[in-house]
Amino acid sequence: MSRSALLVLADGRFPAGGHAHSGGAEAAVKAGRLTDAAGLEAFCRGRLHTVGLTAAGLAAGAAAGLDPHELDAVADAQNPSPALRAASRRLGRQLMRAARAAWPDPGLDALAAAFPRGAHQPVVLGTAARAAGLGPEDTAHCVAYETVGGPATAVVRLLGLDPYQATAVLARLAPEMDEVAARAATAARQGVDALPAASAPLLDITAEQHAAWPVRLFAS
Amino acid sequence: MHLDHDHSHHGAVSADAHRPDGTRRALRIGLGGPVGSGKTATVAALCRQLRDTLSLAVVTNDIYTREDAEFLLREAVLPPERIRAVETGACPHTAIRDDISANLEAVEELEDAVGPLDLILVESGGDNLTATFSRGLVDAQVFVIDVAGGDDIPRKGGPGVTTADLLVVNKTDLAPHVGSDLDRMARDAAAQRGDLPVAFTSLRSAAGVGPVADWVRARLAEWTAVPAPAPAG
Repeated sequence: MSRSALLVLADGRFPAGGHAHSGGAEAAVKAGRLTDAAGLEAFCRGRLHTVGLTAAGLAAGAAAGLDPHELDAVADAQNPSPALRAASRRLGRQLMRAARAAWPDPGLDALAAAFPRGAHQPVVLGTAARAAGLGPEDTAHCVAYETVGGPATAVVRLLGLDPYQATAVLARLAPEMDEVAARAATAARQGVDALPAASAPLLDITAEQHAAWPVRLFAS
Repeated sequence: MHLDHDHSHHGAVSADAHRPDGTRRALRIGLGGPVGSGKTATVAALCRQLRDTLSLAVVTNDIYTREDAEFLLREAVLPPERIRAVETGACPHTAIRDDISANLEAVEELEDAVGPLDLILVESGGDNLTATFSRGLVDAQVFVIDVAGGDDIPRKGGPGVTTADLLVVNKTDLAPHVGSDLDRMARDAAAQRGDLPVAFTSLRSAAGVGPVADWVRARLAEWTAVPAPAPAG
């Protein structure tokens, strides 16, 4: 295990395409449901305990060595939104590019060859983490953090929200990120059938609407 | 960053000069510059000048819409399958410099879908004077400014003006109307750029983009003069 490798992978500057995605925050801002720091905290908390937990389980599973093909099929089944499925595969491809440069590894090469159009992002993330020498729990922490870090950055841009307030939201959520990561990692050690499958239907619905907007700042 | 270790057969990681099958990839030229300086108009004019003799495609990086891509489609400068729009999450310079993954996806998808290609033009979203392209994304870059943006821009310098492989000063036809001194701009640009070239253009006429098209052809001649790299693995 390398704690420093985890920092590299979890860094928002890791060039894997996440900066162009708001995690549903742009749709929530436009709908008037997210207007301030308190709204950001509620939005991030909801994301963390639903799609965040689910994605963390998948990534932790890949890091634990579960079959990535099976995990990818699970990700497809868990995600009813075609727009979000497409975004997840696209981000998986982008992450694969960065991960192979950072941690050249036969497992990453095999996954890239098996999914030329991209595996789901959490599956790639878990495989990358494994290549970097990280275990399921560290991997799940990485997913939990990016689940809330992406929307927080997006809302700073969308609302002009005070960046100190946005960062304070992330800091307040840290204990819950730890809980989610622990749950995901525990489930991943028990196998594919034990993985969490929490969902956020409103994120699915607004993602479909957002994908049809003619004018938007973020890709999802 | 140069990555010359073997990436096996599943796609190049970054700016490798060959495609996964070992053939030479297209030359990639980036076009950046401030909002409204004429980047999209320059791309459109280049497409019209070059499309009969070269196989080319365009990637646009719009800031918040698909307008640049749609302008090129509406003007029918290329068939729609040769134009891709990349979404940049409110940060156009990030997508061309700090995290180039979406743009690399776009250029590789274009080569897979409509290739083989000689040339891919990557147009940045309008940004500020510090926005430059990563060398992991493009082989050469053009920085487009215009006379109406102020004739002191070349003097002020900045990474785009100073280091771009070609500086284009566009809308020269407007110079008398906005009180811009073209000689001064040329002198200041030369002082900032040393031997790097500067092209003065007006796209009011079809031939106006000629100096830029000539420069692109010269870069392409250099690109293809280098022997094709050995096939991977």
